[in-house]
Parts: sequence; structure tokens; C-alpha cells
Amino acid sequence: MTWNRKHLLDLQSLSADEIVHLLDTAREFKAVGERSIKKVPALRGKTVVNLFVEPSTRTRISFELAALRLSADVINFSAEASSLKKGETLKDTARNLEALNADIIILRHGASGAPHFLARFLGAHVLNAGDGAHEHPTQGLLDVFTIREKKGRVEGLNVTILGDILYSRVARSNIWALTKLGAKVTLCGPPTLVPKTFESFAPNVRVTWNVEEALRDADVINLLRIQHERQRASMFPSTGEYAALFGLNPARMARVKPDALIMHPGPINRGVEIASSIADGPQSVILEQVTHGLAVRMAALYLVNGGSSLQVAA
Amino acid sequence: MNSPLLDASALRLTLTRMAQEIATSNPEPGALVLVGIQRGGVPVARRLASELSRLLGHSVPCGSLDVTFYRDDLNQRAAPIVHPTEIPFDIQGKTVVLVDDVFFTGRTIRAAMDALHEFGRPSRVQLAVVIDRGHRQLPIRPDVVGREVTTSLQQSVLVRCTDRDEDDGVFVRETSAMPASVAPAAMRT
Repeated sequence: MTWNRKHLLDLQSLSADEIVHLLDTAREFKAVGERSIKKVPALRGKTVVNLFVEPSTRTRISFELAALRLSADVINFSAEASSLKKGETLKDTARNLEALNADIIILRHGASGAPHFLARFLGAHVLNAGDGAHEHPTQGLLDVFTIREKKGRVEGLNVTILGDILYSRVARSNIWALTKLGAKVTLCGPPTLVPKTFESFAPNVRVTWNVEEALRDADVINLLRIQHERQRASMFPSTGEYAALFGLNPARMARVKPDALIMHPGPINRGVEIASSIADGPQSVILEQVTHGLAVRMAALYLVNGGSSLQVAA
Repeated sequence: MNSPLLDASALRLTLTRMAQEIATSNPEPGALVLVGIQRGGVPVARRLASELSRLLGHSVPCGSLDVTFYRDDLNQRAAPIVHPTEIPFDIQGKTVVLVDDVFFTGRTIRAAMDALHEFGRPSRVQLAVVIDRGHRQLPIRPDVVGREVTTSLQQSVLVRCTDRDEDDGVFVRETSAMPASVAPAAMRT
């Protein structure tokens, strides 16, 4: 298996083999992170730009540390303190960064498709760090990486994604990665946030609004935060009602499989989508997801850096 | 496949002689560790370690080292597949024998020495290879050699060292393409 993609824009266009290759590579980077010297020279002399037009802490820090551990030079660029505030277009900002000989641009943007747009005209490699409600490929990858590490496989597992699906790029990237690797995906949440049309993503995706049923057979439960910042209307009556009807509380947890993994991409809202005792409980792998995110992002940077500049991914 | 340069029994004898040579120069118990370079060096290192354990009467630790991240051609090729690095012992102050199947340009060994030093400061590093095929490009040469062979750049050398003894051996093949590791970057496709 040779990786020949210049960019990592989404998981929808990746093959199962490409996803597995990236996860296998990430496993070796996880081992690097466990050494006393956690740095390797694979991207020595390369310049990586974190272009975060939409705010983010954990993803930016994770990408920054990933690039540093590969020995790249890193520039952080956030929208609040930038020329984008002065009316510069995304295209001009990116072209200016490229004029500084940036080799890899990591883009977080509120508009779906923004990284694909940059990839069309930039010579640099582009990594999508989250675009609107479209995709968050490295999050999807770190989630399947975590499942693979903990369960030994992905194929045949029942994975329930519970929460705000409609506005979630994490849900979409998870659906692509999980179904390509053969998992069965159940989506659950309030009907206003979990439209039935999501079943058309892939044959192994189903929607249910019955939380008890969604949790009962789940091998993995991935909880999503309510994305208040993306919702244009009130999608449910109150946070309290959401917690009561869809939150993972101790009563519901008692009926979950005893070996089910509890996952959350963060930031978690304790007492809303997940009770504190469960977030900190023995089945929670939330902090391991953070560790795995670093390994997956190192793998993504390493692989796209070797992706031929002549073969632009479709 | 054409007839082997070394057949299974010749390879076995070669490995035994290499182990004896390593044992003679490392009599001090507990000071010797072996590290095989991924991928071809790893099975060779395992075989040498078990021979050495028998010869020395104590167990000789054996690890594996992937040098991918330390290669000097990462900017000129697709990202190579990364294999596990497992050195579950301390190399500080030890004699580390790096083990590879074929010694060619020396670039892998340069990368391996960089990679190895991330794990500690050995007192000594030696290099053992089954085949030295010539065409060195760096001032690095092996300490223990199974067999020296003159090869052309159009040939490839395969050392097969498995648990199923009858399939083992060293094979030289003609290839039409020049190996990527010696071809100038501009010639690669």
C-alpha cells in the first residue's frame, strides 16, 4: 500500500485500505509518543501552518504538537488576530502563507468545502481540521483508531452516535470511516437533530430516536455535544430536557453492555450529554482519544508529505 | 528463481559463523544486545540472538528498529510503510550489534544509527550483515559479514531467513529497474 494523496480533505473519498494504512501508520507514531525522546526527524525543514479561521483549542494544539514531534516548523494563525478580520479573503491569506514557503496548511473553517477550495489552487498540502458541518477527518480517524486499539477490530461492531448529528462534522467523518471498515452505525438524538435522511449515507447506517434501544446493543457509544454555535433555530426545548431524554446518565448506563466503550470528541458538557461519573468512569476512553489524536495527526502529516504533488486527490 | 547464492544449509552455517564471531568479540556477559533493522534484519537478528544465547550460555536481548523517519530521501518519494520499533531493554552503556540482511549503500545504517541514539547512548555500536553487496556511498562498513558478493546495480539480493528452514537461502536476481535507493531522484518515476 502506497499513500499517494497530496491532501487529506475528507474520509468520504478514502478507500478502506487507505484508512487502514493511515491507522497502521498511526500505531507506530503512538509508540514514538511513548518513548523518552518523542520526536522524529521525518518532517525536518518543513513549514506547517495552522490556519484556524474558526476557534479551536484541542485540535490546534494536537496538530501543533504533531508537527513539532515530526520536527517541522509550525506557525499558528488564528482568525481573531489576523488580516481576515481586515477583510482579506481566505484565498489571499492562503496565497500569502504559501509565498512564505509553507509546505502544509492545516485549515479549520466554518464553511463546508473550504479546504477543498484551497486544495484547488495551492501547491502546498492541505489538511482539513474541520470544515463547517461537513467533515473532521482526523477526528473520525482517531475515533476508529481508538475503537481498533480497545476492541481489536471495527468490523461487525455496533457503534451508536448519540447527540447532535445534523450539525456535526464529527458524526459525518465517523459515519464514513466506520461504515467503510464494516461497523454498523446507529444514529440517535432528538428528531430535529437526527434526520432520517442520514440513513442514505451507507447501507449500514440506521436512525432511531429511541435512546434505550440505541444504547442496548452498542459496543461503542460516541457522544456528541450540542453545537449551539451552528444551530440557527431552537432545535429542542431546553438543555435540561435534552439531558433528561438523551443524556447518558447512571440509570441508562446500567443497561449498557458492560464492555461498551464510552467516547466523546470533547469538549464535554458534564451533566448534559454525559454524567460526570460516566465521563470519568472505567468504560470511558475520552482521554485516550486525545492521545490517539496526536498519533493520527502525525500519521496524516507524514503521509501527505510523501504524497506526490503530481497526483492531486480527486 | 535461479539457483541460490547460499542455499538453506550454507545460510545456516554462515549465521552460525557470524554468531561465533560476535561472541568472540563480546565475551562479557550482559553487555551485548542485538537490534535488527526492519524488515530484513529482524529475522536475521532473532536467529543470531538465539545462536548467541546458546554459545554464551545466557540470554541475549534482541529488538527491532524501523529507520523510516530517519531516512534521507523522505522528500523524494511516497511515504514508506512504517514497521514496529521494539527495543524493550536499555541500550545505555551496552554493545549494540545492528543487524541487517544486505549491506548496500550504507544509507540505511546511517539512518539506523540516528534512530538508535534516540534510545540511549551505547558504549559501542557494531554492524553485522549477511551479505555485503558493495556500492557503498557513505564511510560506513560492517564489522561482521556473512559473505561478500560483487553485484551490479541491476541486481537485487534477497535474504530469506524464516522458521521453515527448507525455503531459506540467499538469492540474486536481475531486475530491469535500478533500485530506488541508488537511482538519482530525477530518474525516479
